[in-house]
Amino acid sequence: MSGVHVTTTINDDPIEYVCPADESLLDVLRDRLGLMGAKEGCGTGDCGACSITLDGQLVCSCLVLGAEAEGRSITTVEGMASGEKLHPLQKQFIDNAALQCGICTPGFLVASKALLDENPDPTETEIRYALAGNLCRCTGYDKIVKAVQAAAKDLRKQNKKK
Amino acid sequence: MSDSKYTGQDFKVVGTRVKRPDGLDKVTGRARYGADMNAPGQLVGLMLRSPYAHAKIKKIDTSKAEKLKGVKAVITSKDLPDLTDGNAGLYDTLENCMARDRALYDGHAVAGVAAIDKSTAKKALKLIKVTYEKLPHVTDVDEALKPDAPAVQPRYAQEGQPSNFMSQGVFGHGDIDQGFAEADVIVERSYKTGQTHQGYIEPHACVATLSPDGSGELWVTTQGHFSYRNTCAQLLGLDFAKLKVTSSEIGGGFGGKTHVWMEPIALALSRKANRPVKMVMSREEVFKASGPTCSTSMEIKLGAKKDGSIVAASAVCRYMGGAFPGIWGTLGGMTAFACYNIPNNKAVGVNVLCNRPKVAAYRAPSAPMMAFGVESTMDQLAKELNIDPVELRLKNVAREGTLAPYGPVWGPIGIEPTLEAVRKHPHMKAKLGKNQGRGVACGFWFNIGGQTCSDLNIGADGTVNLTVGTIDVGGARASLGMIAAEELGIAYEDVRVNIGDTSSLGHNDTTEGSRGTFSSGMAAIFAARDAVEILKSRAAKMWQIPVESVVWEDGTAKAMGAEHGNLPPLSLKEIAAKAGNTGGPIAGHHEATADGAGVSFASHIVDVEVDPETGKTQILRYTVVQDAGKAIHPQYVEGQFQGAAAQGIGWALNEEYIYGDDGRLQNAGFLDYRIPVCSDLPNIDTKILEIPNPSHPYGIRGVGETSIVPPLGAIGNAISNAVGVRMNQVPMSPPRILKALDDAMADANSSEVA
Repeated sequence: MSGVHVTTTINDDPIEYVCPADESLLDVLRDRLGLMGAKEGCGTGDCGACSITLDGQLVCSCLVLGAEAEGRSITTVEGMASGEKLHPLQKQFIDNAALQCGICTPGFLVASKALLDENPDPTETEIRYALAGNLCRCTGYDKIVKAVQAAAKDLRKQNKKK
Repeated sequence: MSDSKYTGQDFKVVGTRVKRPDGLDKVTGRARYGADMNAPGQLVGLMLRSPYAHAKIKKIDTSKAEKLKGVKAVITSKDLPDLTDGNAGLYDTLENCMARDRALYDGHAVAGVAAIDKSTAKKALKLIKVTYEKLPHVTDVDEALKPDAPAVQPRYAQEGQPSNFMSQGVFGHGDIDQGFAEADVIVERSYKTGQTHQGYIEPHACVATLSPDGSGELWVTTQGHFSYRNTCAQLLGLDFAKLKVTSSEIGGGFGGKTHVWMEPIALALSRKANRPVKMVMSREEVFKASGPTCSTSMEIKLGAKKDGSIVAASAVCRYMGGAFPGIWGTLGGMTAFACYNIPNNKAVGVNVLCNRPKVAAYRAPSAPMMAFGVESTMDQLAKELNIDPVELRLKNVAREGTLAPYGPVWGPIGIEPTLEAVRKHPHMKAKLGKNQGRGVACGFWFNIGGQTCSDLNIGADGTVNLTVGTIDVGGARASLGMIAAEELGIAYEDVRVNIGDTSSLGHNDTTEGSRGTFSSGMAAIFAARDAVEILKSRAAKMWQIPVESVVWEDGTAKAMGAEHGNLPPLSLKEIAAKAGNTGGPIAGHHEATADGAGVSFASHIVDVEVDPETGKTQILRYTVVQDAGKAIHPQYVEGQFQGAAAQGIGWALNEEYIYGDDGRLQNAGFLDYRIPVCSDLPNIDTKILEIPNPSHPYGIRGVGETSIVPPLGAIGNAISNAVGVRMNQVPMSPPRILKALDDAMADANSSEVA
């Protein structure tokens, strides 16, 4: 199969790659670009471990083709921290023990950020439904929800200062 | 031997809520799990799997696949000679890794390929021609015990027993016939539970490198890299010392990563191709060909006096272990009545074969099913006796000095305190609405110790590396670092815990049975004490005084006695800085078989609401009370309680392997095998009780498993209290609840007519 040449933006960086037309964006990120934060838990869009945003929209990168990224803007967990400074979600996930094994964590962080970008002050129920596409088998979600609530508060404070 | 008795000391670091050392890597996407490693020149390995539940493999033609450009190795069982030397368990593992003369379940591996990329490997799989002869199969535990059931493993069939009966464990004491004869009220019920999967989000993955000289490396997601090393080496005829196994970060295990699955095949492919081979299971493969837990069917019988004293209890539970013999029934039998003090009790756990994947451990393996039966029957007995279910449990509760059904006399145990805490909990007094109900249930788990070996090395700057051989699933590196810091009298931040590979430490048993923090914690204490002795001797050398005059307090060496009293204390950092001149590096070491694991008990409260239109059960409120022993890192202990409860809730309400009449698994994916999602659950409240384990210096018990045991029974009891139907089959899914409601309605109508 001949490759498709793709020019795209990932975490604000200009990126070019060539991939087979049937290769998933998840495989491109992991195997071609070395961005291994997104994980394959199912390959069928059921677990959310491969969550990324595509032009600001939360998607499972296992269900997107690498070729579809042409001209788009992608964010992954690798783009969340700025330099040494963790995103409030990342900090609160650690502080609230919202991760155990951590395999689902990148997906939860990306999905949580997508939620808070849209809705800076979500209710517990809104958080629970927004994250219902991400599976975690370790935590029972309790501490994840609390971490997102705490991060939402941090972000609201941050934005007030600005 | 080191003194492992509980000291009752006051702690400075233990019990605080420090940050885990792997947290930063895990929130930035840098942490490396099984599939996150690549080796130079690596090939992609894939497995061809049986589409039949049971079939004779008449012929495998790999010639076309081998000729495909880019294919570097193809393997069938012919490439895996039997080196197991009469070791039946090892032969089972060999046969499970790759079918030999017969495929034993849907998904059983029959051939493996290694190729330059995934698409070439996939093409090669299609070119392998397997000639099967379909054989009759059996996937239901009760069907498997019928006299005419097809024999799953004829080599294990026993004279005078159904061919799929493997063994049974019988536990208890007293005389149950006499006990039931004395009873005023007897309740006897039957139950079934579905087969569930651990559902770890990370599929099995490894990168295997094996050279023609027999030396190799394996990077793998595992709960036990030492046992993986030993098993792979034995199956492939390698020296243990020449195979270095490194455990990756593990994306969940819950017991499912305690056995090898495709790892020996990856090594065999690598040896044949003489190149590294990476293998990653798909989710479908994980469901079909790793090690889920047992399905069961059982009869539970309880007999009590009118005052609520239970005088007799019996349980017979059949555990479906998949296509290979296991000890699951035996384990279940041991747990059946562990929470209670019943003078006459007998529990039988039967081990049964079926054409399903080889069962592996799943968090407190075998206990949740038995507890579902016992705890459901307990509530029905309470109803018959007109006694509050919590009071009935308390009246018959096991205490220190009670003879446990499986032999030991209990030391200090926590079941009564957990039940007392439940009785007093505000949750018990909260108001319930229409179609809502509350349930309580108890659970028990053993916890284990096992072989453990750890190293502690002090750097020239006084910071410390603790190297352990148990893996870290849920924050163990933090807990073990806290323990080492506590023992040395230094800050937690000055300790870094690493998981050593198999070439850097002596053997460590697999991290199962909630043993990680218990046993490596014990080894950390004694390795630290070992290092303290050296620190003291170095201080003595620096001071030029006898070592007997040096004591270790608060992370410093202090000189004792009037003649040395004016010497200022030497800190660990000061002693470490001079190590080069006082005798070289300072280290501590400990290896032992950690005995004295502390048993653990839990009592749970759950409120549910059942929708009578759809049969759907919503969990409204959930409270876990568990005896943790000393909670090293309370926040992570809470996390274990919550995660275990959530898995139990999924088991109770949704999760189940569904097999078709053709013996094939119909729901091998997260869409159709539905584990709880965030919107299914409420916050899960926790209460940690710390009843110290007298056989551990810090009082540690295991914490990870026990709380998966009560949810099935608690939810069954809550549903019964909500809508008046008793569910005798798990999962208590909407269609089953609807049917139970319809049946109850029909019964009520027919009795009205009559």
